[in-house]
Amino acid sequence: MTVTAVGHYGRFGGRFVPEALIAALDELDSSFAEAAADPDFLDRLEALQRHYGGRPTPLYFSQRLTDHAGGARIYLKREDLAHTGSHKLCNVLGQGLLTERMGKGRLIAETGAGQHGVATATIAALLGMECVVYMGEEDTRRQRLNVVRMQLMGAEVIPVTSGTRTLKDAINEAMRDWVTNVEHTHYLIGSVVGPHPFPLMVREFVKVIGQEVRASLFEVEGRLPDAVVACVGGGSNAIGIFHPFIEDAGVRLVGVEAGGEGLSGERHAATLSGGSEGILHGARSFVLQDDFGQVQPTHSISAGLDYPGVGPEHAWLADSGRAEYIAATDQEALEGFRLLCRLEGIIPALEPSHAVLPALRIARELGPDAVVVLNLSGRGDKDVDEVSRLLGMTP
Amino acid sequence: MTKVAEAIRAANVNGRAALIIYLPAGFPDMATSRACLEAAAEAGADLLEVGFPYSDPLMDGPTIQAASQVALDHGYTPVDDFAMCTELTAAVDVPVLLMTYVNLAWHFGGTDRFGEFARAAFGAGMAGAILPDLPAEEGEAWCRVAADAGLATVFLAAPTSSDERLAAVAERSSGWIYATSTMGVTGERPSLSGMAEPLVRRLRACSDKPVAVGIGVTSGAHARELSSFADGVIVGSAAVRAAESGGPAGVKELVAELAEGCRR
Repeated sequence: MTVTAVGHYGRFGGRFVPEALIAALDELDSSFAEAAADPDFLDRLEALQRHYGGRPTPLYFSQRLTDHAGGARIYLKREDLAHTGSHKLCNVLGQGLLTERMGKGRLIAETGAGQHGVATATIAALLGMECVVYMGEEDTRRQRLNVVRMQLMGAEVIPVTSGTRTLKDAINEAMRDWVTNVEHTHYLIGSVVGPHPFPLMVREFVKVIGQEVRASLFEVEGRLPDAVVACVGGGSNAIGIFHPFIEDAGVRLVGVEAGGEGLSGERHAATLSGGSEGILHGARSFVLQDDFGQVQPTHSISAGLDYPGVGPEHAWLADSGRAEYIAATDQEALEGFRLLCRLEGIIPALEPSHAVLPALRIARELGPDAVVVLNLSGRGDKDVDEVSRLLGMTP
Repeated sequence: MTKVAEAIRAANVNGRAALIIYLPAGFPDMATSRACLEAAAEAGADLLEVGFPYSDPLMDGPTIQAASQVALDHGYTPVDDFAMCTELTAAVDVPVLLMTYVNLAWHFGGTDRFGEFARAAFGAGMAGAILPDLPAEEGEAWCRVAADAGLATVFLAAPTSSDERLAAVAERSSGWIYATSTMGVTGERPSLSGMAEPLVRRLRACSDKPVAVGIGVTSGAHARELSSFADGVIVGSAAVRAAESGGPAGVKELVAELAEGCRR
């Protein structure tokens, strides 16, 4: 047998998809490998990241959070200041240029919070491509602002009414579209999930986040961080900031999952903390599932983390002990959200809001000589309606 | 030759393409699903595929998605599905295969990945399995336990598969090779795409195993078209719709029409 399994992280990863998609995955794999070795492609991507995307994003020393925690110096990686308002654009620019290189003219994407959908609609407008975004019906309600943004840029947003009507079902629907239209369509997956080469390719496009942190911190502190903290849904912003530090054993890597209403019940989305090994959306990883392998409904205050799977490389980092994964509840996320608003004048997305209290706690534990970096993966304009409703604010 | 391959060759020897009917367990309820599968066998199906409903059926179109959801909403688990299959295989004399997604097979019975599931299928009298999201290169672990348990495994071949991949799919498949007639998910189509015949021809060039064509096959006319070059014809969504609208009698009527179409 000359056809061999590819894209594994330890026992995780792989390609568990219908045969009809394998040719497209092979094409993507080889196109990506060629592009990644092509200086012209890399130059064009770098120029777009800088002049269009607003990279590098600042690494901001947060005096007020540092004072509030009373421990390590806390830095915020300001992905909220990137174009489109989150880290998602760095992956999308890479895959968008790759789509052009493959000669395909139609982009499809899934989106939970809408940040990835907005980023995809953005690159589709920029490159003159057709764009269809699948979004769970429940998410189109709670992230309405992003639906409008996508439509303004010419994307068609299709509400998904199957299953739990959230991110997982949007991915199923995008896969079904892809298997039907694969000849002229690229499925622009927005996280480090899915079959190989997606987890690898997306990581390669987002690891610029961690590379920038490394460079900026050497400039101002002359050293590595003691801990890097990021929220984890599928896990793209976390892999992006973790990856350049994996070989540095002294850097703690802490992923914060959505604890929803608490891990003791079923209403959460903390896959690594509360799930078990399984195969979902084309890769072996951890999954929130019942005893028979039926994928379970999840809950999180943030649509972007409301997902029953997680990227296979995170499963491997958790299993090998290199990274640690904890959970923050809806209430803790809201508290983190409010703290950043009040102490720093920054309205964060609900997703990275999950990582705020854990970052403060780690800063206290590590003490004043240490440095903690929190990945502020997106801005919170999209969440203002939902938060004001949850906090009972009246307009 | 496996029991599954034998059943296909027996039909071929009798001047027919083998007719393979798919229906999900538990739709519209467990007892009716069994009655529909039995009706299909009585009306001329040469083999049966029983779908075990899964929460995230990404290879399936709206008809099978909705039927699966009905079964899941009843609370049926794979244990219930196997119990139904035990009764079914005792009642019919055609081979019965299981079709589901890889995570159910992998997760069943705890840490003995795949093994418990394969043994349960064999224990229920089943002859083989189809896991559409398990491509050949990830299939080694499953094939080993399936062979140990006495199950045939059917892998999928697609119009976009390279010759190298078709060879691997053919080598791994026991029972038959499942040629997908078009690019896309399961569901009825007004006409067939024309991609099936070249795919079957390419498979013939690398294997002498039986080749059956599925996805989009809806009518007796489709069956007639495919029977001229395929060893088997697979019908799913149309059978589900017949079960939904007409119960076992509806299935019987459709299968009789399809069986007529399978005559060469």
